[in-house]
Amino acid sequence: MTFLPKPKLHHPDLQKNALGYTRRDYEGPVSTLCAGCGHDSISAAIVRACFELDIAPHRVAKLSGIGCSSKTPTYFLGASHGFNSVHGRMPSVATGANLANRDLIYLGVSGDGDSASIGLGQFAHAMRRGVNMVYIVENNGVYGLTKGQFSATADKGAKSKRGVVNTDEPIDLVGLALQLGATFVARSFSGDKAQLVPLIEAALKHQGAAFIDCLSPCVAFNNHDGSTKSFDFVREHNEAVNALDVMLPREEITADYAPGTVELVTQHDGSVLRLRKLHVDYDVHDRVAALTYMQERHAAGEIVTGLLYVDPEPRDLHAALKTCATPLNALGDTALVPGSAALDKLNATLR
Amino acid sequence: MQPTDIGNPDYFHKVVDCQWACPAHTPVPEYIRLIAAGRHADAYMINWKSNVFPGILGRTCDRPCEPACRRGRVEEEPVAICRLKRVAADFKGDVGPRMPAPADAPNGRRIALVGAGPASMTVVRDLAPLGYHCVVFDGDNRAGGMIRSQIPKFRLPEEIIDEEVGYITRLGPEMRLGQRVDSLKALLDEGYDAVFVGSGAPRGRDLPIPGREEAAANIHIGIDWLSSVSFGHISKIGRRVIVLGGGNTAMDCCRSARRLGGEDVKVIVRSGFEEMKASPWEKEDAIAEDIPILNYLVPKEFKHHDGRLIGMTFEKVKAEYDARGRRKLVPTGEPDQFFECDDVLVAVGQENAFPWIERDIGLDFDDRWDMPKVDEVTFQSTHPKVFFGGDAAFGPKNIIWAVAHGHAAAISIHRFCEGEDLTDRPPPGVHVSSQKMGIHEWSYDNAISLDLRYKVPHREKLQALKDIKAEVELGFDPELAFAEAQRCLNCDVQTVFTDALCIECDACVDICPVDCISFTQNGEEAELRTRLNAPALNLTQEIYVSGALKTGRIMAKDEDVCLHCGLCAERCPTGAWDMQRYLIDVAQAGAACCSK
Repeated sequence: MTFLPKPKLHHPDLQKNALGYTRRDYEGPVSTLCAGCGHDSISAAIVRACFELDIAPHRVAKLSGIGCSSKTPTYFLGASHGFNSVHGRMPSVATGANLANRDLIYLGVSGDGDSASIGLGQFAHAMRRGVNMVYIVENNGVYGLTKGQFSATADKGAKSKRGVVNTDEPIDLVGLALQLGATFVARSFSGDKAQLVPLIEAALKHQGAAFIDCLSPCVAFNNHDGSTKSFDFVREHNEAVNALDVMLPREEITADYAPGTVELVTQHDGSVLRLRKLHVDYDVHDRVAALTYMQERHAAGEIVTGLLYVDPEPRDLHAALKTCATPLNALGDTALVPGSAALDKLNATLR
Repeated sequence: MQPTDIGNPDYFHKVVDCQWACPAHTPVPEYIRLIAAGRHADAYMINWKSNVFPGILGRTCDRPCEPACRRGRVEEEPVAICRLKRVAADFKGDVGPRMPAPADAPNGRRIALVGAGPASMTVVRDLAPLGYHCVVFDGDNRAGGMIRSQIPKFRLPEEIIDEEVGYITRLGPEMRLGQRVDSLKALLDEGYDAVFVGSGAPRGRDLPIPGREEAAANIHIGIDWLSSVSFGHISKIGRRVIVLGGGNTAMDCCRSARRLGGEDVKVIVRSGFEEMKASPWEKEDAIAEDIPILNYLVPKEFKHHDGRLIGMTFEKVKAEYDARGRRKLVPTGEPDQFFECDDVLVAVGQENAFPWIERDIGLDFDDRWDMPKVDEVTFQSTHPKVFFGGDAAFGPKNIIWAVAHGHAAAISIHRFCEGEDLTDRPPPGVHVSSQKMGIHEWSYDNAISLDLRYKVPHREKLQALKDIKAEVELGFDPELAFAEAQRCLNCDVQTVFTDALCIECDACVDICPVDCISFTQNGEEAELRTRLNAPALNLTQEIYVSGALKTGRIMAKDEDVCLHCGLCAERCPTGAWDMQRYLIDVAQAGAACCSK
């Protein structure tokens, strides 16, 4: 960590986006996490994704629970809304906020402890309900704030910093998200921004439950030999199924690629995901095949990354509940408080 | 690209832009830190070792360091390096005891120095402590050369010159003041082991246009007039004065004229205002004293009546550029302009003059400029015993160049007297030390000040114009000096990268406020520069490249706008980045002469 705030001085050629903001305008106060923490890289990737998508910072709500990962929303998007919830309860708060104001962009940041242990039920229900949000789990396999005990995502057989071997089966959040109906599922690595930034951009553009499991080495407690979430291990076992570019509707899409190697997926909002296939047979639209593939490769000791599943026309919670298109805070008093006559009428239908 | 060889002292020296740009390579950030720490005497001695005249240069230097200053590339203005130097001189107290002592015993060598200006005095400073018997000749009765004769006292008080020239005369040179050298041949015949010519560029260029002779009584050559003012021979000038020329001498002339009775003083230049040779701050100071600067006017004629100057006519011109970008001044065709005046000061350039050097003594002159042929590294002429420096070597430059020449010539003279090869130059001394004090503590102040450049307080204008000896700039007080010193980016505290320790976690990339660090595939420099996190378009600045890392990528750092804030090193979990102070001492002849 550093004590000093990041100096305001910046590169003289720093670019501005369509809103006139620089990337630096999307930063937050200086991080207090350990030096070299993977989470800080994910924060930087979020900053870059929001800058590149010309997102107005005040249209974003950052939500988190408890843990190292859940501290990070302080360190990015300093001009956005934020809510730091009780441990593991971020998904409920996000669900409620989303129902009240569907116009904001919801960005949930959680960790493997927050989402795979105490908040596992919350995580499951946010996914199965299809809350329109980006749900990022900063997954390091240990409880960093309490000095490195194994978390529920630690692999069986992985060795702790003090030499203890983990005997429990890991919870695979990607597998759960696929089973539970998330309409955008990806896995990435904090040490690979070339992959991570476009995935976050695509998730932000996705109009449904978008889940990213992001491996994020804990440099203090889980970056040693024997760890399966260290920089070296992840780099050695990383099997990316595709490489992604996100093209906004305004951008011209060029087609200078060999047939069969690239797939274009147009999302509901018009953004185009250009997938350069690294595994030719991998189909990002086949949920069942994706699950099988994940299991196979995990058994083979590989870490599959990339965009794993996407439904370009997702159905979200608002569609299921048939809510009105206007956020509650934009409705007038007459609509929000229709009076006793309306209540009587409603009650009559239930008698 | 090949991994950067940081063992080459020049690599990190170049990163210290100010020091690299300073002809005498003064370790600028080092003394600025000492000023911030209130250690003014230490800051002065570091300066004195490199540039010999800190108090003088702190007021008059042409400041090649400031346009080079990295701060000027990340915000509006560079650090006020020059005026901080003056602060060190103003508040140093008594440094007499820290000055080198005269040599215990003579080494038996005698050298003659022609001119007692900054170049010669630097040679004396470097060689006298080694035991050389230095004999200094000057036509004036007091030492200092152009520093004393041409720089107005309202910019540089006399006592500063006395003090800093005094530190050198105390080393025991034989000062033959008031003795002009009329023959180099005769001087060589006196059997000196070497002769150093530091006689300056003493001849002001004239302007031979119609009316020059008839109105001669009221037309003065700028540097001669300044010299007469300086020595008290002139104390008045007419009410309306025209100063011709756009250099610093012109600025000194017009401001002096304002103090000697000139009420309506104007500067008229041939070129455009922007292209004038005068330093921007000198132009500002002149304008602030109600002196208009009129441009694109070419002098045509001195108008006179009954043998008295009444004014000047000028032809109006405009600049046109040919295909090769060369400027030509062409008449606009508008009617000539006439300006009334009582006196004209001609400050249109200076020339060297060597009527006292015989052309048959084996010292070659070039045919085109009639200048002696002088080696640019050794400062030796084609006569092995004769060395040149300062304006006498390559034409008019500034004091700091004269000092740099003096140091280099002193090395050459020493090697020559020892019978060593002159082209074999001694390497600089480099001191490297990590600044790490704790996990995120450094022994330098790495917080970046956002303050804009502070202005030096000036004497109130009416008062300043009343007295030609009243110094206009009052200098920073210690508080202002501290605030200005904090603007320095400490570019000598280098970001040093150790490949083997890097785990490629990207922490440094994320925290770098100026996006200067990238991890990427290696490539040719030109192509690599285009795909860094921020394209490295400033080709004068190096790219620091590591060897291959575990992933096969390299670390590439664009040195251009690095703030030296050390956040990369604070964020690095493995210590692959370290902040190390590189103190580079350029070699001098008398390394023993300077105690810190």
